[in-house]
Amino acid sequence: MGEKPDSEGARAQALGADMIVSEADAWFMREVLPLEATLMLFLRQNWRNRAEIADLRQEVYMRVYEAALKEIPEQTKAFVLATARNLLIDRVRKESVIPFEIVTDLEALGIASEQAGPEHTIIARDALRRLTSALDRLPPRCREAVVLRKIEGLSRREIAHRMGIAEFTVNRHLTEGMRALADILYGELPERGRGK
Amino acid sequence: MSEPRRSAMELEAEAASWLERRDGDSWSEDDQEKLDAWLKEPAQRLAYLRLYAAWNYADRLAALRRAPAGQPAARRPSNFLIVQIAAAVLAVVLLGGIAARFATRPEMRSYHTAIGARELVSFADGTKIELNTDTLIRTQMTTASRTVWLDRGEAYFQVKHDPAHPFTVMIGNKRVTDLGTDFIVRRDAARLEVAVVRGAVRYDAAKQTAMLAPGDVVTASGGMMSKSKEPVRQLLRQLSWRRGVLVFDNTTLADAAEEFNRYNREKLIVIDPAAARLTIGGTFPAEDVSSFTDVAQDVLGLRIERHGEDIVISH
Repeated sequence: MGEKPDSEGARAQALGADMIVSEADAWFMREVLPLEATLMLFLRQNWRNRAEIADLRQEVYMRVYEAALKEIPEQTKAFVLATARNLLIDRVRKESVIPFEIVTDLEALGIASEQAGPEHTIIARDALRRLTSALDRLPPRCREAVVLRKIEGLSRREIAHRMGIAEFTVNRHLTEGMRALADILYGELPERGRGK
Repeated sequence: MSEPRRSAMELEAEAASWLERRDGDSWSEDDQEKLDAWLKEPAQRLAYLRLYAAWNYADRLAALRRAPAGQPAARRPSNFLIVQIAAAVLAVVLLGGIAARFATRPEMRSYHTAIGARELVSFADGTKIELNTDTLIRTQMTTASRTVWLDRGEAYFQVKHDPAHPFTVMIGNKRVTDLGTDFIVRRDAARLEVAVVRGAVRYDAAKQTAMLAPGDVVTASGGMMSKSKEPVRQLLRQLSWRRGVLVFDNTTLADAAEEFNRYNREKLIVIDPAAARLTIGGTFPAEDVSSFTDVAQDVLGLRIERHGEDIVISH
C-alpha cells in the first residue's frame, strides 16, 4: 500500500458518502422538506380536490428544485409558498376550474415569514419522541418490520424469518413504513406546539 | 418536457422500493449504477431524497435499541436499579443473539459496553481498541487479515501496522483501512466520524476514497461527506473520555447536553433555543450529570427540573 497520504483527500470533499448529493439536493433536504407541513396546509386550504394534493406538492418541489439548480434561493419559505401559489394560479387558469379564493397575499396567511412556524429546530430527545409516536401510528405488521430494521438492525431475510413471512412481504411493509414515516415527519405539524 | 408526468404516489412507491433494496445485503455495484441512472430524473430524485431523508432520520430510533420494543419509555427513578439490571440482561441477550448469528463464522468475537462504561480490548498482535460508552464491535482476526465491525458507538484504535495483515474497520457500507495508525471512529444514529491522531488511514465509501493524515476528520451524515482539519491537540481532547471525563471549550449547551446523554441514562433536555445556544467550558466527570446541571444553574442562571429520568433545562 504505497499511497501518499492526503493526495486524494480534497477530491472526496463535499462528495456524497452514500450517494452523491449536489448543493441543491442538500438544500432540498435541509430547508425545503421541513416546510412540508406548512406547504401541505397551504395547498389544502387553497385547493378543492384532495386527490391532487400529493401531485401538487411534487410539482412545487420540482419547480423549486429546478430553480435551486441554477441558484439556491435565499428565503426558502417565502420562495416555496410563492411557488405553490403561482402553481395554483396557473392551474386555475389552465383548467378553468372555479377556484377557492386563492390567497394571493401570503403575508395575510402569516406563514410567509422566515421565523416562527411549526418547523422549529427539534432537539434530539424531541426527535426521538416524534419518531416513536409516528411509529405507533403505523399498521401493526408494518410497525413490527420497521422496528426490526431500524431498532434491531435486522436484514430483510432475518425480519422475514422472525415474522414468519415472505421477504417480498417484508419489502412491502418496509416501503409502506418509510412512506408513512415521511408523511408523518414532514407532512404533519408536530402534535404539540413547541417554542412559540 | 414532453414525457408524461407520473403521479407522486407512483414515484414514491418506486423510490421506496429502491431505498429498501439499497439497505439490503444483496446490494451490488450494478444495482448502484442502475439507481444512479434512475436518480438522474429530477422528479424521481426528489421523491427519493424525501424518503431517504426521512428514513435516515429514523435511524435515531436505534437509540432505543436496548429498551424492550413497544415500551421505549421505561423510566421511573425509583426503579433505576431494576432498569439497569434489565438493561444488563438485555445486553446479554443481545450479545447471545449476535454470538448465535455469527456462530458459523470462525474467530468472530463481539465486545460491548453499556451506557457509561468503557473497555480496553488488547489483541495478541499488540493492537488495542478502546470502546467508549454504549458501543458494540465485532472482530475477526484471521491469518490473512484483521477486520473490525463498529456496529454502534465510538472506539479509539491503536493499530500495530502490518502490511501483510491489513487492518480494516467496517462501518455499515463504509470502510477505514489502517496505514499505520491511531484513529477514532464514532458512529451515531445519524452520523459517522473518522479522525486520525497519528499515522494515516484510507476511508472508502460507496464510490469515494479519501486519504487521511493526522488531524484529518471525515464526517458522513445524511448521505453527505465532508473533510476538515483539526489540531491534533483538539482530537486528543476529544479522547478525554478515555480518562472518564468530558472536556468542553466554548461548547454550546445543546452539544454538551447531547454529549452527556451518551454516557448516562438520565437525559438532559435543553428546552428553549436561547438556552441551547449558550456556551460553556470546563472538565466534567462523564457520569456526573449533576456537576453539569450545577454549573447550568449557578453560573448560567438556568432552571433545572427533573421529571423521572428527564432533566429539563430552561431559562
